[in-house]
Amino acid sequence: MIRFQNVYKRYASGRDALSNLSLHITPGEMVFLTGHSGAGKSTLLKLIAMIERPTRGQMIIRGQNVTRIRRKKVPHYRRSIGMVFQDHKLLFDRSIYDNVALPLVIAGLPDREIGKRVRAALDQVALLGREKRSPIELSSGEQQRIGIARAVVSKPPVLIADEPTGNLDPELSLEIMRLFKRFNAVGVTVVIASHDLGLVEQMGHRVIRLSGGQLAGAERPDGSNAR
Amino acid sequence: MAATPGSAKKRIPLTQQARAYFLRHAQTMVGALGRLSGQPVANVMTVAVIGIALALPIGLHLLVENGRELSGNWESVVDVSVYLHEVADAARIETIAGELLDWPEVSAVRIIYAEEALGEFAELSGFGQALDALENNPLPDTLVVTPADNFTDAETLAGLGEALAAIPEAEMVQVDTDWVKRFNAILQLIRRTVGLTAFLLALAVTLIVGNTIRLDIENRRGEIEVTKLVGGSDAFVRRPFLYGGLWYGLGGGIVALVLTELSLLLLRGPVARLAGLYGSGFELRGLGPGGIAVLIVGSGLLGWAGSWVATSRHLRDIEPT
Repeated sequence: MIRFQNVYKRYASGRDALSNLSLHITPGEMVFLTGHSGAGKSTLLKLIAMIERPTRGQMIIRGQNVTRIRRKKVPHYRRSIGMVFQDHKLLFDRSIYDNVALPLVIAGLPDREIGKRVRAALDQVALLGREKRSPIELSSGEQQRIGIARAVVSKPPVLIADEPTGNLDPELSLEIMRLFKRFNAVGVTVVIASHDLGLVEQMGHRVIRLSGGQLAGAERPDGSNAR
Repeated sequence: MAATPGSAKKRIPLTQQARAYFLRHAQTMVGALGRLSGQPVANVMTVAVIGIALALPIGLHLLVENGRELSGNWESVVDVSVYLHEVADAARIETIAGELLDWPEVSAVRIIYAEEALGEFAELSGFGQALDALENNPLPDTLVVTPADNFTDAETLAGLGEALAAIPEAEMVQVDTDWVKRFNAILQLIRRTVGLTAFLLALAVTLIVGNTIRLDIENRRGEIEVTKLVGGSDAFVRRPFLYGGLWYGLGGGIVALVLTELSLLLLRGPVARLAGLYGSGFELRGLGPGGIAVLIVGSGLLGWAGSWVATSRHLRDIEPT
């Protein structure tokens, strides 16, 4: 599903964020990325999201070599990747409904279809019935659930999340992680970057540890793949 | 759980997709208008500036068009005045007039005897008493020759003038086409000036809209980033701004139209009075339906173009980080 082959990423500042990174995430897998800040977690996710381009190496995602994908093709590519951010990246001047509907509006779906899917997505994150409200009225945990609803509303095969629980207390964090687990259970490939090692271990999935932009080790606790 | 992976577009018929596409455009268009109404003061000012910038060349254009019509009227009624020697008596004058009527170039001949001319002049000029002091009438008998309809161009008139001058009793022939030519030349000059002004002001309008849209883009940076993150194409991100520019242009066009029509309304009375004094039924012409259509469509396009320039330059720079 996601394959990195000898990927390097050097920023314009000269900092090497990733060096010679190779990894493979199989379809339907749920994977955690851990490591200190600056280890390359965010960069790895940005590469998957095509927010950044690799300096060297190959990236094959969903069977397509996207290393040198043309700029014009990036938007369409991004529609197959659901993204969740630590700061949610919601639009506070729009209703919850409009926030979640955005990917479907972009995809050009008819309004009726959008309505159905938005309500289904909000139902999955337990926020149904609040469509008309502004995200600003909600708590941080709830805002993150809107972000997740927006990420999954177009049913992307891949879901990536960068520190999705970074601002949440342990209880809410667990709730969010369970949510991801449920999406993974229906076949979505999930990649989550988190520095919360305790929480990550609790989830029981493959953990990819990064250090200085390189693979520091991968572990697969027993039974994790079977969920 | 309904979150089965797969493309979001599957299973939706093409016709429905097309309908959704046009509906989405309409929504974006209305949405852009709604967004503009969110900052009424600033946007009304922008629209007013655009409207004034557009009204200026339109006003000049109307001035030229009305002037051209006016000179056209005059050209067709241009007469040739034949001033006669004092020696010609009334009977002789009438004979000449009768002969002239047989010429193919001549459609009518009017005789103004010297006494009539003096009386008329005294009445119109208000110099009645001063004229009484004159011992004899300084004005000659005059034949006013109206050329036939198809002999009114400048060359034929000049030929007719020469022919009339050849009449022994004619002292002087005045073919008054020079001023019509000069007037037309002046109009030509003004028209060229109007063209230049229109071009410069159209440029100004695109710049005004472009700059306004640029600020709008800056204010909505976050929204643009998020839209790009969830897969919004350049065209999708650009669309609301283009419609915003279109609205600015259309609004400016309507303001320009209102300004022009108001000015015409204010000028119509005085112009009619002036025309009446010259015995003319001339009336100021407005833009007319065709002109209004061109103004509205043109101003909309200008706004759209301004926005297009701004979005081309600035949207690319905003990428999610």
